[in-house]
Amino acid sequence: MAGYLGRRMIYMVVLLLLLSLVSFLVIQLPPGDYLNTMITRMRSLGLVVDPALIEHYQQRYGLDLPIYQQYFVWFGNLLRGDLGESFIYNEPVLNLIKERILLSAALTFGTLIVTYLIAVPIGIYSATHQYSPLDYVFTVFGFIGLAIPNFLLALILMFLAFKYFGWSVGGLFSREYIVAPWSWGKFVDLLKHLPIPLFVIGMAGTASLIRILRGSLLDELRKQYVTTARAKGVPEVRLLFKYPVRVAINPIVSHIGYLLPALVAGETLTSIVLSLPTVGPLLLEALQQQDMYLAGSLLMVLGALALIGILISDILLVIVDPRIRFEARESA
Amino acid sequence: MRWPFPFGRFGRSRSRSRFAPREGGPKERDEAYYMSSSGQLMWRSFRKHKLALVGIFVLGLLYLMAIFAGFFAPYDPWQRHSGYVTAPPTTINFVNEGRLQWPFVYGADFELNLETLAREYETNRDEMYRVRLFARGAPYKALGLFPTNVHFVGVEEGGKLFIFGTDTLGRDVFSRVLQGSRISLSIGLIGVAVSFILGVTLGGISGYFGGAVDMTIQRIIEFLGQLPHIPLWMALAAAVPTTWPPVRVYFMITLVLSILGWTGLARTVRGKILQLRTEDYVMAARFAGASQFNIIRKHLLPGFGSYLIIHITLAIPEMILGETALSFIGVGLKPPVVSWGVMLQEAQNIRTVAVNPWLMLPALFVIVTVLCYNFVGDGLRDAADPHSR
Repeated sequence: MAGYLGRRMIYMVVLLLLLSLVSFLVIQLPPGDYLNTMITRMRSLGLVVDPALIEHYQQRYGLDLPIYQQYFVWFGNLLRGDLGESFIYNEPVLNLIKERILLSAALTFGTLIVTYLIAVPIGIYSATHQYSPLDYVFTVFGFIGLAIPNFLLALILMFLAFKYFGWSVGGLFSREYIVAPWSWGKFVDLLKHLPIPLFVIGMAGTASLIRILRGSLLDELRKQYVTTARAKGVPEVRLLFKYPVRVAINPIVSHIGYLLPALVAGETLTSIVLSLPTVGPLLLEALQQQDMYLAGSLLMVLGALALIGILISDILLVIVDPRIRFEARESA
Repeated sequence: MRWPFPFGRFGRSRSRSRFAPREGGPKERDEAYYMSSSGQLMWRSFRKHKLALVGIFVLGLLYLMAIFAGFFAPYDPWQRHSGYVTAPPTTINFVNEGRLQWPFVYGADFELNLETLAREYETNRDEMYRVRLFARGAPYKALGLFPTNVHFVGVEEGGKLFIFGTDTLGRDVFSRVLQGSRISLSIGLIGVAVSFILGVTLGGISGYFGGAVDMTIQRIIEFLGQLPHIPLWMALAAAVPTTWPPVRVYFMITLVLSILGWTGLARTVRGKILQLRTEDYVMAARFAGASQFNIIRKHLLPGFGSYLIIHITLAIPEMILGETALSFIGVGLKPPVVSWGVMLQEAQNIRTVAVNPWLMLPALFVIVTVLCYNFVGDGLRDAADPHSR
């Protein structure tokens, strides 16, 4: 098992390396390099450009080197925790994004957990009560949930809340807590603001999970061992949870790897619409201002957040599915 | 280990959808059933999927309106109607003084409420303008070729017909929705066409050659599939220079969308080729001396053609949503280009929308389009394998 997990870890590292390559490419995308952009920007603000500063940046990012060497310089800096400098905020990128990353990660994983907590019971119910009225309700919800993109859902919710209740939904904190340091009060305030973002980000994922679980559980319930067990008099609930559910849960566990990227993307967009203080709005701003070190770092973070899904689903599968455990033991 | 989902990003379940009624009992399986071709069988089971039929119908209507946008739109989508800024949708009346008559609209007066600074429109019942079919109006080019000025509907001189109201610059929302549908609906088709070429080529190569090539392509697909699409799309779209002409931006955005869009299709193609390659009838054809090209054309393509169509049907809405999202947050298409996403930019200001809810109407069109594509895809999936019933 350790060998299996080890292999998956190595695979993860390879994916992260690829991701860093993509992020670096994105940094290089806009015409002109960092220095040019910075100098033009400083000139337009009427500042005098200090040659020593230029020298410093040239050294730091290896801007005079060929492009593939620049990548290694950038990657080396990355490993040392130097994500570059943002020129719209005149601050190291790392300081800018630390708290936002935490909030983004918390929001994404929070949604992931809520999604499963809601989808699993409903999926089981829908499969065991196929074609019941509630099953139809959930199916319709599934169709709508998949068809309404989350940024439109956020927009519609904001509109309804404002129009009929006079609430302005948005943000993660009340005004008095935005700049306040973390405290119990701030945490409670955060919890109060969470339901709408959670709902908006999680809806499509929940809908798809319900459909997958319902489908795979239905397939499982039709198998003969279920009939056999029932004929032998195994109580219905025990029968359900002991075998078919355990088998049917597999696909939705491995689905985490597919769900997480979608959640990360959804979180990015939703944050922009609801102006949550997470990575999304900052990424948009950085891209529009062509603050590429900031944008590249944020992209790297979001990508890593999504890629972790594979690792999580691999680990969970080992726990959930004994077949993988045994297979791993045999091959080891 | 990894469950290979054949469709879409959210990996829709493989089991048949419940909206599809089961194929009828033995009574229906008469001789005609056994004699029909695959195509007939597919049409038979597709026809039973009512939602898919509705979907096809609505989509057909939407695309027809998009093609003849100039004709169906009462006004030029860029024309600003001064004096009619954020006018609410015009009501079409059928009854005047208790008598039914030819549809007409009342005139409208507006005044600025000095307390709230909001524009208030009031119906002026003294002015009546009859609705005209095939009315003369703003000149446009039908299909981009023939200059004309005939519009499907219009009103008599002096009256205004704003079916969906006007936006904050006094432009007719309905005309803009139609104009926008040209971009929003076509970007999905072109984007899918590009991903189709990429997906089928790379997926085909991967499945056909196998080995190290297959391995590499599969890893790339897996990697691209694992990236969160929206942030990457944002980064790529933001790199499109703002000085470019609209047509070039349009194609760049389409390209950006398809760069990540081909992976699902490639996976489907590869999986099917691997599966079909070993089928007995393919083997038989090879022994019978059929050429490679003939095997691919006559035996492999019909085998997974239907899966390709399903996949495409489900990929188009994703592209449409991608474009809408990008334009909506301001990194995709930009005014003066009109697309549903561009129109929704105005809806970002929630206070404006609360007062003028009709500005949200483009969202409705996006949702209906996506829903219809999903229904059709669902129906096709049920129909894809007609022999299995």
